[in-house]
Amino acid sequence: MFTDETLDLIGAESTWRKSHQQTQESRSCQTLPVHTAEAETQAKDVLENSTQTQDQISQTLSLDRDISDFPGLVEFLRRVEDVVIRELVKNSKSHAFDGFEVNWEDQNDSVSCMYRLQHVDAQERGLQVTSVSWNCTGSVIACGFGRMDDGDWSNEKASVCTWNLDRQNLNPMRPDVIIDVPTPIMCLCFHPVRPSVFAGGLYSGEVLVWDSSRSQDLILAQTGMSADTHREPVYQVNWVPGARRGEFVVLSAGSGGRVLLWTIDGAEAKLTLSSGYAFVPQQMPQCGAASKPRGSTTIGVTSVALSPWDLDTFLVGSEGGLVLKCSFSSGTVAAVPPDGESVTLRNPMQFSFSPRGGPIHSVHFSPFHRNLFVSVGTDGLAHLHSVLQPHPLLSIRVSDSYVFWVRWSPTRPLVFAAVTGQGLVQMFDLGRRSLRPTSTIDQNTGGQPAYCLEFNPKHTNLMAVGNADGSVNIWQLSAELTEQGAKETAVLEQLANEVTD
Amino acid sequence: MLIMFQLVFTSVSVATRNKRKTHLCCDMAEVEDTLKRIQGYNGVIGSIVVNAEGIPIRTTLDNSTTVQYVGLLHQLTMKARSTIRDIDPQNDLTFLRIRSKKHEIMVAPDKEFLMIVIQSPTE
Repeated sequence: MFTDETLDLIGAESTWRKSHQQTQESRSCQTLPVHTAEAETQAKDVLENSTQTQDQISQTLSLDRDISDFPGLVEFLRRVEDVVIRELVKNSKSHAFDGFEVNWEDQNDSVSCMYRLQHVDAQERGLQVTSVSWNCTGSVIACGFGRMDDGDWSNEKASVCTWNLDRQNLNPMRPDVIIDVPTPIMCLCFHPVRPSVFAGGLYSGEVLVWDSSRSQDLILAQTGMSADTHREPVYQVNWVPGARRGEFVVLSAGSGGRVLLWTIDGAEAKLTLSSGYAFVPQQMPQCGAASKPRGSTTIGVTSVALSPWDLDTFLVGSEGGLVLKCSFSSGTVAAVPPDGESVTLRNPMQFSFSPRGGPIHSVHFSPFHRNLFVSVGTDGLAHLHSVLQPHPLLSIRVSDSYVFWVRWSPTRPLVFAAVTGQGLVQMFDLGRRSLRPTSTIDQNTGGQPAYCLEFNPKHTNLMAVGNADGSVNIWQLSAELTEQGAKETAVLEQLANEVTD
Repeated sequence: MLIMFQLVFTSVSVATRNKRKTHLCCDMAEVEDTLKRIQGYNGVIGSIVVNAEGIPIRTTLDNSTTVQYVGLLHQLTMKARSTIRDIDPQNDLTFLRIRSKKHEIMVAPDKEFLMIVIQSPTE
């Protein structure tokens, strides 16, 4: 069962050395890239709703009823026509009431200073009132403090103050609201509908919107410092009706040659640029005698006026003495190299009026005639213009020094007021035809200039004047300056239709 | 002679047949013409015809202005008339003119209708 066996020698070579030299190979593998796809779906939810108010007027009017429903009408008209026409003719020729004024109320014959508003802190620092604005209810006045005489780049702190004149315990020396701002204020403008909201432009080029009804952090929105912001002082802010009904956008204009429109983003407290306009000399519309300003790349905007009649039209007064008629809806692109702006700048210029000798400080459209406007500047003249003619209808010497602001009276079609570098308010009545001021109101500034003036939109006999000595005077105007005469609008119409050569 | 007579005869018959219709048509035109003539006068801003209930039946102004003018002037005219008659029962209101800063308002009263004309006095 068991036998011896001799097996051949079997050698097994050692591999321990070799194992070190074993070739190594690396393999790699890769999965296919994962493809992802996203799909969204949304249930369409359409809801339609309509409502209609009842036409109430139709119940009180029966214009569509047949004449036959009123049998005596023809006879009545036959009888009455002659009488009516006789009276109409008689009346149109009658001068019985010429110059007749009824005294229904006690006439206020004198111009008196109601308040002299001052902010002690700003006055101590020598700040000037650069801008005033009434709110839409006419009870609150906002004053912006800054500097007009200092051309240097400054980081001086300034402030905005508001006073409510309807308050019982009004203290002219203590504002109701004081808002500190990092650089001087150049301009202010209250919202046309919301009584506590106002916009302001700073020397640094920033534009801010405040809401004084908030308890803390009054800033509603601001531009901050971005590529879109003005890089030079903002000389004018205003509110322009926006695309949607009841919405307003902020217009700002500065010496950098830009007019920008900002929409308010309430959630982020930001003003976002919605459209922008640039003024470039090369694109200026040619006017007879206009000479192009030399050596500047843009036309610095110093004042803007919005037309109360035509929402598309606005006027621009420039540092070079130009007054330009512009259109918001202009489609031409401005010839400026893009500089990081988020919108394409457009060229709004349509027409250029005959140029003036110095910067145009203020332009204002007449509230009573769609073609008339007045402009003032450093040459001390007020020019009455029709938008249809390049040359002024009237040129009136207001002052021997600068004229800083001009406003038409909200109640008297023929009256406008201008503030001068001598601290005077000159009121002109175009009905007088003498071209001399009908009244001069001294601001008691000790010879310092007055910079701004604003009529109260509701209490139209009130006028606010901001002065270089840091005070704001509230004037109560006399009946003569506020009550419209019988044929004023007709005279204004006549004036506007005059043709200059 | 005979031909002429015939012509007259036919026209008469046409007239009788359409009497009611033509009559209305002419009335309508006459009313509009009268209003147009008055409207064309110097400085006339608007004219309104009002019936006895104080409801405007013809106007050249817009609806809301018409309603406002009529509502107020109807009352005023009635008041003016009763004032005149209270002072002297034999007297009566014949015409009412109101002079304001901006307008002259004329009211021609009648038993059944009122005519209101608004004129601007500038010349």
